[in-house]
Amino acid sequence: MDKKKSLLEFFAESKLIHTILSIIIGFIVGALFLMIMGINVGDAYGMLLKSVFSGAKSFSYCVVYATPYIVTGLSVAFSFKTGVFNIGAEGQFVIGSMAACVVGILLGGLPSYLLVPLCFLAAAAAGALWGTIVGFLKTKWGINEVLSMIMFNWIAFYLSNYIAGFPAIHNEGTAEATRNISENARILLSKDTISSLGLCPTANWGILVAIVLAIIVYFIIEKTTLGYELKAVGFNKSAAEYGGISVNRSILLALAISGGLAGLGGALQLMGMGGRISVFSSQEGFGFAGIVVALIGVSNPFGVVIAGLFYGALTYGGGKLNLVGAPTQVVDIIVGTVVFFIAISCIFEYLKYLKKTPKEPEKLPVSEPDPGKEADET
Amino acid sequence: MNMKKMIALLLALVMVLSLVACGSKTQEPEQTDDVSNTDVETKTIKVGMVTDVGGVNDQSFNQTAWEGLKDLAEKNSSIEVQYLESATDADYSSNINTFIDEGYDLIICVGFMLADATREAAQANPDQKFAIIDDATNADLDNVACLMFSQEQASYLVGVAAGMMTKTNTVGYVQGMVSDSMNLFGYGYIAGVLSVNPDATVLQYNANSFADSAVGAAAATDMIAKGADVIYHAAGGTGAGVINACDENGIYAIGVDSDQSHIAPNTVITSAMKRVDIASQDISLAVLNDEFTGGVHQYDLTNGGVDIAPTQDLLTEEAIAAVEAAKEDILSGAVVVPTTAEECPEFTLVG
Repeated sequence: MDKKKSLLEFFAESKLIHTILSIIIGFIVGALFLMIMGINVGDAYGMLLKSVFSGAKSFSYCVVYATPYIVTGLSVAFSFKTGVFNIGAEGQFVIGSMAACVVGILLGGLPSYLLVPLCFLAAAAAGALWGTIVGFLKTKWGINEVLSMIMFNWIAFYLSNYIAGFPAIHNEGTAEATRNISENARILLSKDTISSLGLCPTANWGILVAIVLAIIVYFIIEKTTLGYELKAVGFNKSAAEYGGISVNRSILLALAISGGLAGLGGALQLMGMGGRISVFSSQEGFGFAGIVVALIGVSNPFGVVIAGLFYGALTYGGGKLNLVGAPTQVVDIIVGTVVFFIAISCIFEYLKYLKKTPKEPEKLPVSEPDPGKEADET
Repeated sequence: MNMKKMIALLLALVMVLSLVACGSKTQEPEQTDDVSNTDVETKTIKVGMVTDVGGVNDQSFNQTAWEGLKDLAEKNSSIEVQYLESATDADYSSNINTFIDEGYDLIICVGFMLADATREAAQANPDQKFAIIDDATNADLDNVACLMFSQEQASYLVGVAAGMMTKTNTVGYVQGMVSDSMNLFGYGYIAGVLSVNPDATVLQYNANSFADSAVGAAAATDMIAKGADVIYHAAGGTGAGVINACDENGIYAIGVDSDQSHIAPNTVITSAMKRVDIASQDISLAVLNDEFTGGVHQYDLTNGGVDIAPTQDLLTEEAIAAVEAAKEDILSGAVVVPTTAEECPEFTLVG
């Protein structure tokens, strides 16, 4: 009894501890499944560790994989902070990536210093547009943004496949994909740098963009009037409106910024890793992964950077699990468990509240969740 | 008191984690052993296969190739096989690099989608041996074996079957994409149909997708409305829709790449097979015996690289006889299956 209580208290205390404990539980659950399947846990987790820390090449792969996840994570985290749930990051990512791809192919002759910003701009604009359309449907006719976003994900998916078939950008002959974007639109590190540092062939400076975006998002949310207004709408629409904030304008802006971020994620993935967009047969899931990353990063921009790195490393390392005979899906079990335990953290708080009430009701106010957390979990 | 319990809990977790860490350390020497074994002349090779985004259970090339490799490894203890699945287009390069880092002797890339990633890796690692299925663009590299299939020959044989089986004198053909290598399916099929049934009409449709079963179903339904009673598809996942539509309408379908009769046993009369498994096994054995060569390796009827599927229960005696005769004719050179649009004017999907 006593121990349980202390555990609950412990859980309720800090978001960081929540998260770390959830991650540990995730790995333990993953280990249990591995044991049930008769696979050596040490082998599998050893492979995961090895694929992150065995050298510059593998570490740079993890960072490269993490970059788009960080940015879509920022997109979703931003939407959480402002009271909308951007489940449409997937579609915005796809549209942003396709916009960057079209620019990167058709204007391929431009020098790098013009082309790269143009691609970023096109991607951000396309993603923002994709988010704003949903926002418009919501503010104009009150259509639930979650529903329309899920549908817009599919519209983006098929639109991307349709555009990829245009003769001007379709890859004739060797692949069912677009052409490769111009070398000038790539954000890869120079070949000399890669070979001298022993990095992976797709090592790029996208991670710096992701970190800058995290700082910008932090700045907007915490230090600007705009961020204050957006957060206010997120906490309580009626109160915000009463205070003179235009709710509709805030929702549109929040979705536009969130969508723009997801679109930039698409550009970073294209210009850093892929270099082309294939004709999809299923959703690639970068946007949905953003939801996971935002949850693990508790919607804090810097937490999201760390969570994105964690997720990127798991994705990259998880892909190698086959080599030791373990299924790659173990990673999905781990991540799923982590998200589950983070998402139910409010239950620990509730339990703590229940335990405390009969004994020491005077301490109640201390255990009340702060409003910021409530917004995170909506 | 509480604090102590918390510390105890944390310590327990640390122990669990350190167990995991220890496990990994004991494992690593074993792995390095494997790598050094291959360097020494113990004649053990490791073959790695990189799938395209279809994954290893795609009921198509990836699966066929992997099953072929697994069989080989079971029969031949000096060959070790492993695969890595690609979840997105961007994974090809990292998966190939994983196999390179792990010291694999041969990396088999399944499908033309991996052509660019293979070229990049093969140029950066000239001593690493690669094989790629269905791609000839890397034929100029000495360390890449391009495993190509004479799909027009297998298509010709199923065309003969279709021409014999049709009662309405109308057959259908759905293609996944118009390209030089995809068109070969059409040339062969049409030539096969017309060789045994000169009056037959071949309805043709380009679905422009390998993944859209709805488009496949719509195309098949349209052809059925126009009187087709046998439809052949060379369209991957789109073809699943073709087969389903044929099944619903009670007409015959012909599968592609592998024996697809298990999808609809009463509908799929036979399939044009590309023996990706045989090709993968051949190239693995070639590496084992130090006989690996780059360039194009052509698989056709003569070496069993393409064939008509063994499932022929629904075919009539005459149809089977005609197919066998056609096979003899191709092998003897009496029939040359067309490989260009000029040789097959009835093919209408070009342009």
